[in-house]
Amino acid sequence: MRYFFDLVYVLTQKEIKVRYKNSVFGYFWSIMHPLAFALMFYMAFKVFMKVKIEDYPLFLITALFPWQWFSNSVSSSLFVLMDNASLIKKLNFPRELIPLSCVINHSMHFLLSVPVILIFVYIYGRSPSWWLPLGLVLVFVPQFLLSYGISLAVSSLHLFFRDLDRLVSIFLTLLFYMTPVVYGEDMLPENYKYILYLNPMAPLIICWRRLFLGQSFEPNLLLFGFLYSLTIFLAGYSLFRKLSWRFAEVL
Amino acid sequence: MSQAAVIFDKVSKSYPFYTHITAGLKKFIFTLPSSLKELKSKSFEALRDVSFEVYRGETFGIVGKNGAGKSTILGLIAGVLKPTKGRVIVRGRVSPLLELGAGFHKELTGRENIVLNGVLMGMTRREVMKKMDSIIEFSELWDFIDQPLRTYSSGMVARLAFSVVAHLDPDILLIDEVLAVGDLSFQKKCLKKMEEFKQRGVTIIFVSHSAEDIKKVCDRVMWIENHTVHKIGRPHEVMEEYTFTKALPEPKMML
Repeated sequence: MRYFFDLVYVLTQKEIKVRYKNSVFGYFWSIMHPLAFALMFYMAFKVFMKVKIEDYPLFLITALFPWQWFSNSVSSSLFVLMDNASLIKKLNFPRELIPLSCVINHSMHFLLSVPVILIFVYIYGRSPSWWLPLGLVLVFVPQFLLSYGISLAVSSLHLFFRDLDRLVSIFLTLLFYMTPVVYGEDMLPENYKYILYLNPMAPLIICWRRLFLGQSFEPNLLLFGFLYSLTIFLAGYSLFRKLSWRFAEVL
Repeated sequence: MSQAAVIFDKVSKSYPFYTHITAGLKKFIFTLPSSLKELKSKSFEALRDVSFEVYRGETFGIVGKNGAGKSTILGLIAGVLKPTKGRVIVRGRVSPLLELGAGFHKELTGRENIVLNGVLMGMTRREVMKKMDSIIEFSELWDFIDQPLRTYSSGMVARLAFSVVAHLDPDILLIDEVLAVGDLSFQKKCLKKMEEFKQRGVTIIFVSHSAEDIKKVCDRVMWIENHTVHKIGRPHEVMEEYTFTKALPEPKMML
């Protein structure tokens, strides 16, 4: 157990050090990216197209940060097994720790960006829900499972289908617009509401926004998101386990 | 030297040709029937009906041409590959000595790489920290240890790699063609360390192209030819025939 923890620790540390060489700079980028998108969407939808959502920048920020965590975890996990090919070919250790360290890396960046979100919440004179501390954990866990599950699936499949990265980037873009990030879930016409149920990220993003904007807690929505994420995690994990014996052969 | 540490029992290993699917999902789907058929029927046989035993405490050499199946054997022992047919039994903790730089990262410093590599090889972080000074001492890389690995020469990387392995406590040690790098004095040091492991009763499996090294350290040698066992025997006998039939010069593996 102790050893297991150490393995995850060194792999994550490597991931962070290698990606940024300097973690302060990495932190800066992980904040700038969603903020730049928030500005862009604000200009496009609020200033030019005049959507009727109050505090639209805040509305965007509370959803863009969690979205970025998910999307970065998935897209960077695509290459994570290839980058560690030499290890996989020689050493017998639990391979699922490689994508895990990648997802942990992005999770840490997300957690570190929570104060930034809260600063914006206060700038706009709002206050987050009383259940914020508990809520952070309750929404974090399913999103972590979801990100990890999808990362397990795409990282392993990518070894076999080397053009999967293109498909994943299209998929992420589609999913982004299917998720209520730039619009609110109540803006969907009645006959399109089902989109929310097709998309595992939708309930989580709604929960994040409600949490940060101080709106009411919806246990059903969270439970739905949790079960959805758990299912996807289990599917991704079993796929990964099934394929992991072949990793050393294809690399 | 009675009980076997590694047993290969009629082991065959074949790889499907993954080229069909690694070419991409698009191609795979558009030519699905033929792709599936090809995946099932065509495969590359890396090992055929290989049987041997490595006794506990023995130093066992493996020789053979490039592509003969040596790396596949090491992969099977390390547990990263599964045999297609037959059984592989390994008793004890296996530590592979990674080839040049594998398991290292060039952006990390020597010290950070020692921790990463040590933990990957099965030590806890605390154990690595405890042995840190001794590892650095062994590597003789004092001046460079806090520099990123990309500033190292290949010989220095090999030193660092061997220094980590020298501080492990494995039952079975896999060494794949690493003594070729590094200067003479370090090579000597490595051979001495292998002697030490041997004294401790560690089983060593040693892949090399150097007939000299094989003769120096091995108790028995297996010669792999055409994906199967050609001969197993005393180093002198096997190596004599091996170097004789190998009269056609092969590109040297020296780095």
